[in-house]
Amino acid sequence: MPTPDESTNDTARVQIDGELTIYTVTELAARLLPQIGAAARLEVDLSQVTEMDGAGLQLLAVTQREAGKTGTSLHLTGQSKAVSETFELCNPGVVL
Amino acid sequence: MSINLDQAQQTFIVEARELLQAMEESLLQLESEPGDQDAIGAVFRAAHTIKGSAGLFGLTPIVSFTHIVEDVLDRLREGSVSVSAELIAVLLKSGDHMLELIDVVASRGEQLQPPALEREVALRQALQVFQAPASAGAADSTSASVVSDDEQSAEVLWHISLRFGVDVFRNGMDPLSFLRYLNTLGQMVQVTTVTDSIPAVEAWDPESCHLGFEIDFRSAAGHAAINEVFDFVREDCAVEITPVNETPDHLEPTGTELVSQPEHSPLVASGELLGDQRAVPRTPATATATVVERPSSASEQKNKDGRYVRVNADKLDELINLVGELVIASAGASLLAKSCDNDPLQEASSTVSGLVEQILDGALHLRMIPIGDTFNRFRRVVRDVSQELGKDIDLIINGAETELDKTVVEKIGDPLMHLLRNSMDHGIESAEARRAAGKPAKGHLSLNAYHDSGSIVIEIADDGAGLNRERILDKAQQRGLVAAGASLTDQEIYNLIFEPGFSTAEAVTNLSGRGVGMDVVKRNITLLRGTVDLDSQPGQGTIVRIRLPLTLAIINGFLVGIDQSTYVIPLDMVQECIELDEHNRQLTRDSGYLDLRGEVLPLVYLRDHFNHEGPAARRQNVVVVRYAEHKAGLVVDDLLGEFQTVIKPLGKLFGALRGISGSTILGSGAVALILDIPALLNQIVQMEARSTQAPQSLLPTSR
Repeated sequence: MPTPDESTNDTARVQIDGELTIYTVTELAARLLPQIGAAARLEVDLSQVTEMDGAGLQLLAVTQREAGKTGTSLHLTGQSKAVSETFELCNPGVVL
Repeated sequence: MSINLDQAQQTFIVEARELLQAMEESLLQLESEPGDQDAIGAVFRAAHTIKGSAGLFGLTPIVSFTHIVEDVLDRLREGSVSVSAELIAVLLKSGDHMLELIDVVASRGEQLQPPALEREVALRQALQVFQAPASAGAADSTSASVVSDDEQSAEVLWHISLRFGVDVFRNGMDPLSFLRYLNTLGQMVQVTTVTDSIPAVEAWDPESCHLGFEIDFRSAAGHAAINEVFDFVREDCAVEITPVNETPDHLEPTGTELVSQPEHSPLVASGELLGDQRAVPRTPATATATVVERPSSASEQKNKDGRYVRVNADKLDELINLVGELVIASAGASLLAKSCDNDPLQEASSTVSGLVEQILDGALHLRMIPIGDTFNRFRRVVRDVSQELGKDIDLIINGAETELDKTVVEKIGDPLMHLLRNSMDHGIESAEARRAAGKPAKGHLSLNAYHDSGSIVIEIADDGAGLNRERILDKAQQRGLVAAGASLTDQEIYNLIFEPGFSTAEAVTNLSGRGVGMDVVKRNITLLRGTVDLDSQPGQGTIVRIRLPLTLAIINGFLVGIDQSTYVIPLDMVQECIELDEHNRQLTRDSGYLDLRGEVLPLVYLRDHFNHEGPAARRQNVVVVRYAEHKAGLVVDDLLGEFQTVIKPLGKLFGALRGISGSTILGSGAVALILDIPALLNQIVQMEARSTQAPQSLLPTSR
C-alpha cells in the first residue's frame, strides 16, 4: 500500500514505495504530475525505492522540468541505495 | 526481475551452458593438439560471448570473473601465452566455476557461498600467472578496467553519444544496464544524462524512452568492442563512438542538459574536457562509419546462428501427435479410395500417402539429436577420472553421429556415465598390472553407437581384466541369489551383477563398488524400453551392450491376421515371410521348429499364444522376426501387408500384459494389437533355456 500523498502548508509530499521502473512509471506519473503547480514546494521521498531503471530516471527528469516551469520547487528527500547507485551511474544532476 | 528480461535471461542461461560445454570440448581438444588455432578461437569466443551477455543482464559477478578468463584467452590467442598442461587445467576449472556462477547468480539470483568464493580467489590467482605482468595486482572481486600493457593497445579516451529509441523500455531494455556494462570495459570519466528530447508533458508517455547520454569513456577495449556493447539496441538507437583526440570540425550544441557535474576526477585538463563536451560531431559521414564497422565481425557469427532455430519441445510433441492422426486419417482415406473404382482418385490418394510418409519421417527426425554431444561430455570425465585413479586411459568414440530421440539421449547419459566409471575403476587395470599381463600400459575405453534392426545399440568396451566369473558366482551363492550347484550359462552369471546390492569389488572407491549402481543402470534402461547385456573375456576385457528402441509414437508395421483379429509386427524386425505348407505343418507341430534353409527356427504359434478359439486356418504363414541375436518364426493365418501405425498405449488396465506393446487403429476403424517382439522372443529364450534341447536353439545370426 503506498503512503498516501499529503499536502500541508503549501508543501506537497509524495513518497514512492517499491519500484521506480517501467512497470510503475505510468501510475507514478499520474500521482506526481498533478502535484506540480498545485503547491509551492514538492517533496518526493525516495528512501523506500527498491529498484530504479531508466524509465524511473526519466520520470524524475520530467518532474524536475515541469516543476521548474511552474515555479514549484522540487526536493528529493531521502535516497535509497537503488536510487543513489543509479544517480552515481548516470549523473543526472537532479538537485537534492 | 522484470518479466521481459526474465525470458531473455533464461535464453542466456541455456546458451551460456552450451557455450561452456563447447569451451570444455575445445579445451580438451587443445590438450591433445596444442597448436589447434580453431580450438583456441572457439574457447575465446565462448568466454567473450558469455561475458558480453552477462553484462547486459547486469550479472556483475559473472562479468567480473569471466573478464579475467577472457583476458588470459586473448593473450593465448595472440601468442603471448602458450598452451601448457597447467593452463588447460586452470582454464578447465575456470569453466567449471563459470558454470557455477551461471547456476547460482543467473539462474537462482543468489550470491556465491564462501567455499565458492574461496575457489574463485584461488582461480583468480592462478589465472593471474598467465596475465600480463602489469595487470597482476591484488585479486579483488570488483570488475576492474582493462589495464594497459606494453603489448596491448594503450587506453584511449572515447566520447560516446547515445540517443535511445522510443521503444527501448517496451523492448525490455534498460539504458542504464548499458552504462553499467560499459563500466566493466573501462572507466566512465564523465557522464551526462540528456533529457531535452522528452516531449511536453501533455504528449509525454512515461513508457516511451527519450533518454540520451553523453559519455567520456576511457578504455583499452578498442572501437569494435565498445560498439559491440550496443548490439542489442542497434536498430532503435543512435550510437556514436569517437576518439576524443580528433579535433571537431564544427561545434553543435548538444541541447540543454540537466546540471552536469563531473563525478570522476577528470584525467584531462579541464579546458580540453569542456571543449570535448560540446563537440559531438554528428555528421552523417561519421555516423555511418561507426555503423558500417559492425557487420563484418557480427555477420560471421550470425551466419552460424542462422542455421539453428530454437523450438519448444512441447510444440514438437504436438506436431508429432498431429502427424500421427494424419497417418491414421490418410490410411482411412486410402482404404476408401481403393474400394472405389476410380483410378485418378486412387492415384491421388497414393500420392497423399507418400507425402504423409515423408512428413512422418521428417517430424520424427526433428526430435532426434546425435548422441555425439553426450559422448563428448564423457571425454572430460574420462580425463578427470583416469587422472584421479592414476591410470592412463584413452577414450575412443565411434558412431557419434548416430541419432536418437531427444528424451532418450537425455536419460541414457547417467547410466552410460556409471558404466564408464565402472570400466575405468574395476575393469581397466593399473599400468603395472597391464604390463605384467603383456598388455599395453595405456588402457582403451571405447564408446560405439549404431543402428540395428529397429534399435539403436550403444556399446561400452574396455580392454581390461574382464569380469571374474567365479567371483560373481561365489558372491551370488553367498547372497542366496543362486542355488548351490545350479548350472548357469556365462551370460546368466554376468547378468547377476545387475542385481540390487551386488558388488564383487574388493575395494570400494568413491566412484563405484558400493553395489548401488548397476541395478539402477538396468532399471533406467528398462524404463526406456531397452535391454542391456554383458559380454566378457577374462583377461581381455568387457563389452556392455545397451539396446534401445528407435521407435517412438509412430512405427512402420506389418499386419498379420489370426481369425478375425489383426496384429501388428514392427516392420524393422521382420526378416521374411514364408508359407507353411501342409507337409511342414505336421513336422513343426511336433517339434516346434522349422528348418529354414538349414537353420533351425523356433516357432511361436500366436493362435495358441493369444488363445484364439476355433480350428486353425487352412493356410498358415510364418513371419520370421529378428531381435538382437534371437530369431523366431511367428505362425499366423494371413499376411496383410505393410501399414504405418500410430502407437496408442493400452492404458493402465493392461499394464501387466506381456507380449503386447500397444494398440493402433486401422483404416477400417478396427483395433489391432502391436506385438512386443523382444518380450515374445525373451519368453521363448527362457522356455528354451529350461528345456533339454537348449544349446541348439539359439543360433547367433550372422550379420
